[in-house]
Amino acid sequence: MAKLHVTTTVNGEPLEFLCEPYETMLDALRNQLALTGSKEGCASGDCGACSITLDDRLVCSCLMLAAEAEGHEIRTIEGMARGGRLHPLQEKFLEQAALQCGICTSGMLVASEALLRKNPNPSEEEVRFWLAGNLCRCTGYDKIVRAVLETAEEIREAAQ
Amino acid sequence: MNVVNNKWIGQRTIRPDGVDKVTGRAAFAADTAMPGMIWGKVLRSPHPHARIRSIDTSKAEALPGVKAVVTSRDVVDFPLDKSVMLGIQDMRWMCRNVMARDKALFPGHPVAAVAATTEAIAAKACELIEVDYEVLPFSIEIEDAIEPDAPILHEFNTFQGKPSNIVGTLEHKKGDIEDGFKQADVIIERSFTTRPVHQGYIEPHACLISVAADGKTTIWSSSQGQFMVRAMTAYLTGIPQSDIRAIPAEIGGGFGGKTIVYLEPLATLLAKKSGRPVKMVMTREEVMRATGPTSGSKSTVKIGAKKDGTIVAAQGTFYLQAGALPGSPIRGAAGCSFAPYDIANVLSVGYDVCSNRSKVAAYRAPGAPIGAYAVECVLDELAEALKMDPLEFRLKNAAKQGTKAAHGPVFPRIGYIETLEAAKNSAHYSAPLRRLQGRGVASGFWFNAGGESSAQVNITEDGNVVVTTGHPDIGGSRAGIANICAELLGIDYRRVSVIIGDTQTVGFSNLTGGSRVLFASAMVVTQATEKVINTLRERAAKIWEIDPEAVKWENGAAHPASPNAGQFEPLTLEDLADKAPMQGGPIGAGVQLNTQGAEGGFGTHICDVEVDIELGIARVIRYTAVQDVGRAVHPGYVEGQLQGGVAQGIGWALNEEYIYRSDGKVDNPGFLDYRMPVCSDLPMIDTILVEVPNPKHPQGVKGVGEVPLVPVMAAVANAIYRAVGKRFYALPMSPPKVLAGLEPPVQQAAE
Repeated sequence: MAKLHVTTTVNGEPLEFLCEPYETMLDALRNQLALTGSKEGCASGDCGACSITLDDRLVCSCLMLAAEAEGHEIRTIEGMARGGRLHPLQEKFLEQAALQCGICTSGMLVASEALLRKNPNPSEEEVRFWLAGNLCRCTGYDKIVRAVLETAEEIREAAQ
Repeated sequence: MNVVNNKWIGQRTIRPDGVDKVTGRAAFAADTAMPGMIWGKVLRSPHPHARIRSIDTSKAEALPGVKAVVTSRDVVDFPLDKSVMLGIQDMRWMCRNVMARDKALFPGHPVAAVAATTEAIAAKACELIEVDYEVLPFSIEIEDAIEPDAPILHEFNTFQGKPSNIVGTLEHKKGDIEDGFKQADVIIERSFTTRPVHQGYIEPHACLISVAADGKTTIWSSSQGQFMVRAMTAYLTGIPQSDIRAIPAEIGGGFGGKTIVYLEPLATLLAKKSGRPVKMVMTREEVMRATGPTSGSKSTVKIGAKKDGTIVAAQGTFYLQAGALPGSPIRGAAGCSFAPYDIANVLSVGYDVCSNRSKVAAYRAPGAPIGAYAVECVLDELAEALKMDPLEFRLKNAAKQGTKAAHGPVFPRIGYIETLEAAKNSAHYSAPLRRLQGRGVASGFWFNAGGESSAQVNITEDGNVVVTTGHPDIGGSRAGIANICAELLGIDYRRVSVIIGDTQTVGFSNLTGGSRVLFASAMVVTQATEKVINTLRERAAKIWEIDPEAVKWENGAAHPASPNAGQFEPLTLEDLADKAPMQGGPIGAGVQLNTQGAEGGFGTHICDVEVDIELGIARVIRYTAVQDVGRAVHPGYVEGQLQGGVAQGIGWALNEEYIYRSDGKVDNPGFLDYRMPVCSDLPMIDTILVEVPNPKHPQGVKGVGEVPLVPVMAAVANAIYRAVGKRFYALPMSPPKVLAGLEPPVQQAAE
């Protein structure tokens, strides 16, 4: 079967790639576009390590076909730091030791950023339920939740 | 203690690999690629137990795109009659675990492997391999495997003169157990079962391997030990270790599960045969079916105490599943479970039992949580029978300096009592509880390990520092190493770059396990840094034309040790690096040690649960982990170890288990049905770091990574009892089991 030609935008950059009709967005990112920040932990949408946004909507890239990116905007962990400056969530994860092995971190950050865009003032419970689709086996989530709550507070304060 | 000002030790610095990990730049094993790379795939047995009569790979080899096929004929055989040990692993079992030889021993056991130009072709080729199996009867559970007529996995093994699936035993004895129980006023004996649970690392096993025409081999893989990968791959492929460069990729969690090889020998053989670099990545289903987990168990624990609360005798019998090949962690179960207590008479026995499930791998304090679950639940019942507070009861019997543990050692200065007192004095322990809420406590011990470690500390030409060590960093150890080196040199920690070397660039270092990494690497890094400081003092002395003894190193610079030594402007690290070419050349030092003095670690946990008696859901609502950590070099990552261990234990206690179908296959080989704790399942996990410095360590470090899993299941079980008045003797205490176990009066009382 012939490969499909996809025209899309990834992290603000317009680009094109070829993919198999059955290829997932995660595989296309990792294998065609060399964007390996999104991780495969399960390939079944259970772990969230491959979290990206599709037109600002949080999705598991392992559950999305690469061809579905046609005409849409994709953002991945690689697009989170802008112009060499870390996003406040990235800074806070480092300050708070909110990562150990780091395999879930890309997905956690992408999901957390999507949360704060939607809800700049989340409760602890809202953070916990929003991130319930992102598995972490190292941290017990404590420092991740704290990092998200503190970042939200700092962003709100900075906006005032 | 060498540390005087503690500018960096104890600080929450930014980890050296941090920015890479929050930006997606960090390279884990599956993130690597090479020109000409092809894909490997494993064909696995569908049967729990089957003799392999023959394997025909001809159709697979003929498929366009297939570049190599390997079977057990290609893997170096280690005959059954002679043990060949590599650390704690026997290569007889390892060669049979990476590829089934005469028999397939569990569903998922590799029987062949293929490399092809695409993953799809490799998968198709696996389907074309014809394996002629003679299907054999099987057993999964311990009780079935130890029946007199059980199907025997390893015919050569005998127990009490007969072929048996009991493949090992271990006994720890102290005093006279029968005499001890005679002195008891109260004796409680209970039996417990636990289910196998997986380490649950989010990163599946992965590797990329290239073998050149001259046999020179490069391995990128995700493991807890690049030297382990090199040695095991050498053993199983016949390539000498000097020809194998094993590069440690960033590792996406291990918890013990990545202390052995699965893919690397197969990918090496495929790369050698095909002449192409071969990449192999497991699916989650393969991880769940064919790697890890830790043992399921059956235990019986009997403890006797006098009316005043003195424990006089304790007996434990622990049957642990090894899986398909020998090697369950009976040492941890039998050795650790009574260690927190000073008991005159102890008998602790472990049995290693094979059955047709995947071979167990290490999991965070292997065996210790299984033993502690049983012992700490019985202690809770005893405390209740004696009408004593459970922490007071433990305090009365706590091991301390001079206590001889049943597994052998006499404890040096330890901090167990301090953990009990900190727990007792915590705000958590006296906080009020509501109806259907309960509070449980439990303690735990783990041996901790030292062993081989190497480090190289080099001063760069611009006067900064590069530290190379040999243990993969699994949870932030590089941050601790940077703190220590910066502290000793008296410079900003950001000037210290810490990397994990590959097998051909740093000296032998034992794998990341046994909570050894910061303990051992701090020792070698400290000694190497001290050598560097001596060199720097000598260089300054030479420049000043004074005696090196008259030079001191302080705040990142050489100073005259006293006014008598002369008046000189300090020479900084940058100054001395700049002058190095004229003053004796490069500045650096390497140290290699077999580190000793890793003392055991103790923790005490407090858990509050709330039970929904209509749904049977036990929910942890508050948790405090107290641990003697020796010295928290980077408190953030020490707390993280405690919090992560607790989360894993809550999963083990409440939900996680392998569910088997009647045909002997795992029915829940994925994250949806193998239910690990998610963010919304847990509360914040509080920690209290008790710091009783290890006197045998330059910074006072004790291993911290494994202890935090040990007490959790008992703490949760004891809390559930206090909430609903019902004791559960089997894990997991999942909603259907809790619901079925609740007495009607409890439910009626709620209505």
